[in-house]
Amino acid sequence: MPTSAKTRAAALESWAAWRLAGPTALLMLLLLVVPTLAVLALSFTDAELGASDITFLGLDAYTDLLTDRTFRGALRNTAIYVALVAPASILLGLGLALLIEAGTAGRALFRSAYFLPVVSLIVAMASVWQYLMHPSFGPINIALRAFGFAGVNWLGSSDNVLAALAVIGVWQALGFNMVLFLAGLTAIDRTLYAAAEMDGVRSAWDRFRVVTWPLLGPTTLFVTTISVINAVKVFETVATLTQGGPAKASETLLWVIYQEGFVYLHVGTASAMAVVFIALLLVLLLIQTRVLDRKVHYG
Amino acid sequence: MSEPALHLRGIAKSFGTTAVLEGIDLAIAAGEFVALVGPSGCGKSTLLRIAAGLEAPDQGQVLLGGQDVTARRAADRDMAMVFQSYALYPHLTARQNMSLPLVMRRLTAAERLPFAGALSAVRAKIAAIGNEVAAAAEMLKITALLDRKPAQMSGGQRQRVALGRALVRHPRAFLMDEPLSNLDAALRVHTRGEIVELHRRAGVVTLYVTHDQEEALGMADRVAVMLGGRILQVASPDAIYRDPAHVDVAAFIGSPRINLIPAFIDASGAAAVERHVLAPRLGGAVGSDVVLGIRPEHLRLTPEPGPGRLPARRERIEFLGAEALVHCRAEAGGTALIARMAPEAAERLRPHTHLHAAATPDALLVFDRQGHRIARQALATQEPAHAH
Repeated sequence: MPTSAKTRAAALESWAAWRLAGPTALLMLLLLVVPTLAVLALSFTDAELGASDITFLGLDAYTDLLTDRTFRGALRNTAIYVALVAPASILLGLGLALLIEAGTAGRALFRSAYFLPVVSLIVAMASVWQYLMHPSFGPINIALRAFGFAGVNWLGSSDNVLAALAVIGVWQALGFNMVLFLAGLTAIDRTLYAAAEMDGVRSAWDRFRVVTWPLLGPTTLFVTTISVINAVKVFETVATLTQGGPAKASETLLWVIYQEGFVYLHVGTASAMAVVFIALLLVLLLIQTRVLDRKVHYG
Repeated sequence: MSEPALHLRGIAKSFGTTAVLEGIDLAIAAGEFVALVGPSGCGKSTLLRIAAGLEAPDQGQVLLGGQDVTARRAADRDMAMVFQSYALYPHLTARQNMSLPLVMRRLTAAERLPFAGALSAVRAKIAAIGNEVAAAAEMLKITALLDRKPAQMSGGQRQRVALGRALVRHPRAFLMDEPLSNLDAALRVHTRGEIVELHRRAGVVTLYVTHDQEEALGMADRVAVMLGGRILQVASPDAIYRDPAHVDVAAFIGSPRINLIPAFIDASGAAAVERHVLAPRLGGAVGSDVVLGIRPEHLRLTPEPGPGRLPARRERIEFLGAEALVHCRAEAGGTALIARMAPEAAERLRPHTHLHAAATPDALLVFDRQGHRIARQALATQEPAHAH
């Protein structure tokens, strides 16, 4: 009698749990799991929007991708872009946070000023950048010429376009990283700085090395993860400023996926690219959490 | 006393318009252990931080071995501090935590670079540091913990590493900011003894901040009682307890709290509560209000009325094992009274609810209206005045 009562109570409890978790589970299934599986399924086909017949290609879909010059170019360009934007936005964000934290006046002003690009519409701001970087009447080149340098064709030359986009990318990501680092800095126990001073830590550099940098570890890991993901996802500036040009020099992963899927309507190819894209992000995340996590959490 | 090893002279400090410290003077002799005790917010931690150099005083000087170090930054004062939160570096092992003060002091910035360890001079310095850390760890019995990080240690173990970090470089003074208050009760009592022993062995002047009067009385050579930004009294634990200079000191030190009975000096010079004469021929200015302080162990309770006894109603008896506390309320004035006695004596009082409280005049402390103690000598000299 008591055991059956116990099992009935347990069954009731698990039923209640399912009812409570049910709506969320259903939504997650519909919005996350099913679409991902659909993309995965489509990636093995040559599906085209509007075409009636679909051929199953299997792994050939992926081997085709690896030999696809557009896709390989996009991978390379994205890698270069990430390699430029992520470290610069992380280091500059940290530097800004340290300066603002150490300063006494105008903290709120600087914080807001550097955070502004994060909340502004990048598509709208792109037109400002287009003007700034205009080869003949852009203020950047005018300033360069005033100092006797030759002007640079920022967005119009295949040698410079990725760097120019990276500048805009850093400008946009900087504020967010700075705010995260500021939060990380305020979380550091002040008594550790007092302890360091008592221990004979005299210079600002030693204070940074002994206390600030190690204790910012978890923040830095998070900022790195976010920065890399955001840089890999670069799209708006490419779409508005260069459209992948000149001569495919600024074609990035998302831009190519967009072209395949929405311009040429090659849904199958676009899906395969999207799967590679997601896999890349997952691998990056895994590396960061598995390898770095152990080094920055001292628990 | 010769030149004090650590001397805080005329220290004043305010934050904004709030005065935290006012005219603090505290001289600590070489090898002395002084406890700075007071309730939270009395400014004792600020005073410690000023002594350390982590905070600058608005006025006054900090002298270390007769030398004015007020303008010197904390890193250059060669004092060591143990923090309440221990403030260990979470990313470093116990060994690295303890080595850090030596590394920072003995190695130049260039020698601290990662590849400098290849140089034989640097290697020798690092080896010496390793030996000293090992010796300090041996003394604190934490050798087995040296390769653990703080998160892998218990509170008591972290506390030892923090002590080790302070001890390892033989500083000119130890400053301790409530180092035991994050430990559980049993460990706290145990560690008290160990800190006293470490101090005795190191022989270094120690300023120990605590809010726990038991800690202060039990550990220190001298106790400085601090209230409201001032040091009210500096004396041996025994003198602080038996001979408090101020009613606030008397009230802060001792548990349960001293009985404080408002009274007045009647025409005959006796201290009286309403019409009950509690202590005849006590002295003090006739007609003035005073406060009588009686430690719970000096308050005697009897069922019988008599001269010099204050009628009181018994409220409850609190049994504490080796002793018992009898809580009463004086019928005149309504003051709460506590008497400490043997449990058997308390048991004998149980049938009676109407009691009479008295104190031996020797144990009676008299404070004037401002709270200052009326000294025994003053009482004695006033006595003949009304004897005839």
